[in-house]
Amino acid sequence: MAVEVILPRVDMDMATGKISKWHHKDGDKVAKGAALFEIETDKAAMEIDAPADGILRNIVVTEGGTAAVGSAVAWIYAEGEAVTAAAPAAAAQVTNAATPTAAATAAPVASTTTLNGEAPRATPLARRLARQAGLSIAAITGSGPRGRITAADVRSTEEAKPAAAPAPAATPDPVQKLYAPGSFEVIPVDGMRRTIAARLTESKQTVPHFYLSVTCTLTTLMATRERLNAAAPKGADGQPLWKLSINDFIIKAMALALQKVPNANVTWAGDSILQHKSSDVGVAVAVEGGLFTPVIRNAEGKTLTTISTEMKELAAKARARKLVPSEYQGGTTAISNLGMYGIEQFTAIINPPQATILAVGAAVDRFIPVKGQPVLASQMNCTLSCDHRAVDGAVGAEFLQAFGQLIEEPLLMLA
Amino acid sequence: MRELTYAQAIQEALAQAMDADPSVFLMGEDIGVYGGAFQVTGDLVHRYGEDRVMDAPISELGQAGVAVGAALAGCKPVLEFQFSDFATLAMEQIVNQAAKLRFMLGGKVNVPLVMRFPAGSGTGAAAQHSQSLDAWLAHVPGLKVIQPSTPADVKGMLLAAIDDPDPVMVFEHKLLYKMKGEVPEEPYRIAIGKAHVAREGRDVTVVATSIMVHKSLEAAQILAAEDIDVEVIDLRTLRPIDTATIIESVKKTSRLACVYEGVKTLGIGSEISARIAESEAFDYLDAPILRLGGVESPIPYNPELEKAAVPQVPGIVEALRNLVRGRM
Repeated sequence: MAVEVILPRVDMDMATGKISKWHHKDGDKVAKGAALFEIETDKAAMEIDAPADGILRNIVVTEGGTAAVGSAVAWIYAEGEAVTAAAPAAAAQVTNAATPTAAATAAPVASTTTLNGEAPRATPLARRLARQAGLSIAAITGSGPRGRITAADVRSTEEAKPAAAPAPAATPDPVQKLYAPGSFEVIPVDGMRRTIAARLTESKQTVPHFYLSVTCTLTTLMATRERLNAAAPKGADGQPLWKLSINDFIIKAMALALQKVPNANVTWAGDSILQHKSSDVGVAVAVEGGLFTPVIRNAEGKTLTTISTEMKELAAKARARKLVPSEYQGGTTAISNLGMYGIEQFTAIINPPQATILAVGAAVDRFIPVKGQPVLASQMNCTLSCDHRAVDGAVGAEFLQAFGQLIEEPLLMLA
Repeated sequence: MRELTYAQAIQEALAQAMDADPSVFLMGEDIGVYGGAFQVTGDLVHRYGEDRVMDAPISELGQAGVAVGAALAGCKPVLEFQFSDFATLAMEQIVNQAAKLRFMLGGKVNVPLVMRFPAGSGTGAAAQHSQSLDAWLAHVPGLKVIQPSTPADVKGMLLAAIDDPDPVMVFEHKLLYKMKGEVPEEPYRIAIGKAHVAREGRDVTVVATSIMVHKSLEAAQILAAEDIDVEVIDLRTLRPIDTATIIESVKKTSRLACVYEGVKTLGIGSEISARIAESEAFDYLDAPILRLGGVESPIPYNPELEKAAVPQVPGIVEALRNLVRGRM
């Protein structure tokens, strides 16, 4: 008996998944537990393991294709087992439409079966047209005898579809019309880019942002960092066991500041505010084509070296697009550091549902007055964006002040 | 162009074949002075003599054996059966000898014979003289089976059959003999194995044979008034079947009906249905495949029951309407 390869739910609000890569092709021998295919979710590429040993057959969702969560995307047969055609109901779930959201909205009935448990009746032509149109056969009402779905039913459903979800590329983008043909290259938007666009638009339009800035003198922090790095014991490979960055200190300072000002360690939940116990700090990591914000959890209780090691691992995974949702979801605040680009000051957009985000600028040497005398010091500008629904100005200021103190006097992190 | 009846078109083809090739000869019961049971050979005996238009004793098996032997010896016999029903008497020679000898002798011999079978119901000839046994013979590899539906087709296909190096079975519907149509005077050939789109349409493909082509065309005319556009394919040849033409048509219309006079079960429509279900056209089907064939009964003698035993125009109209309107 062939084993179905199911498209799993790997993200909480996931209705469909796009298969970005098959590691094996039809007819390949696969081993249970070995990576079989990759799903591209809104945030990451997830590797899915083979559910059984055997021969991979009937791949109904090819690379680039999208299918509903829970639908069969292929079958694994025992060696020598007769291969039957792909189950039509499952195949009908498949859409190769460019946008998973369109498929999801066009197919409110996620089930492949009708109410009485029977597979929907549809003519071969109707199934083929539905496949081409990216429609789920289960979402179409049949007008033929015994509810059979005919080509006419698919066509009328398809005609009704643009109102619900405009088909991509149906008409040339009005933006394109503003530029001379051939003067640009069209770069298709992938799941990550679409998510970034949707979430940040939502954030900037619905979250009332306000901004607080502080300038921190880094003299002590720099010296502390240098001493800690210099004191790092050598590992077996002869390399120092740690090399702390300024960012590691910033993560730790944010975590401790949130513990000191718990009113800032919150998220807006519509008719309530969640006040969080741990300090889960997101850190924006730029990757090819976008960014991820993996979260260092319980950062208040972690040592600088632990934070440093964890951050390196998460950043590497982010760049490889291998983060799993548990590594980037949640969090109450985040850090966006553009200092390495020489940016001295900027503001960041809050990543909902987090309530704050800290935009960290470059460390800049300045003469500052100390007892009336100019003294050369390294300074860093930090701008905190706050969600005013959950964090008022005074709370934000208190939080940023606590953060600044920890940065200017890192020894307080031990207190 | 001048018009001939279907029977006259056959006679002209036979005459032109005998003119062109001295090895062609005709044989059958009462085909000489009497002119044939359906007056197909007419006065050919006077024009070509008794050596080439031979009256045969009433033994279909014997005649078939002579024809096979003559064909093996280099002649081109054209054997007329008085009724196609009598093919049953000659099955040994047709199925075991004519169809197989070329294969069993490694292709070293051919059996270039033609057998003509007046077939079908509608003449009040009852159960033993009204059958359509074309599918029986079309089941046999080694035979070619044709069913021309018009005077022009029967002339061209009969000439092609006489040319053919293999045994060709020609089924002629008795009700077609008096049908008139334009027929070119000069000899010409219409290829065996090629179907003909008799009427183009967009809503449903009807594959019909023999007289059912005309009934289907009549039904198409009626349905055109209801904005149902029927494509009618005249299959012309039952073996080998021109599947490609049907596939192309079904891909266009998304619906298929087969209309044939032979018994519905295991008839030619069953084979066509299966071929389409197996083909690339499957994915284009938007309705079940429909077969309209003869009832599961011997053809009755009672004229009303005889009509009811095979597809008629009103029934074809109703079935096609239901098929196109999504009611079946």
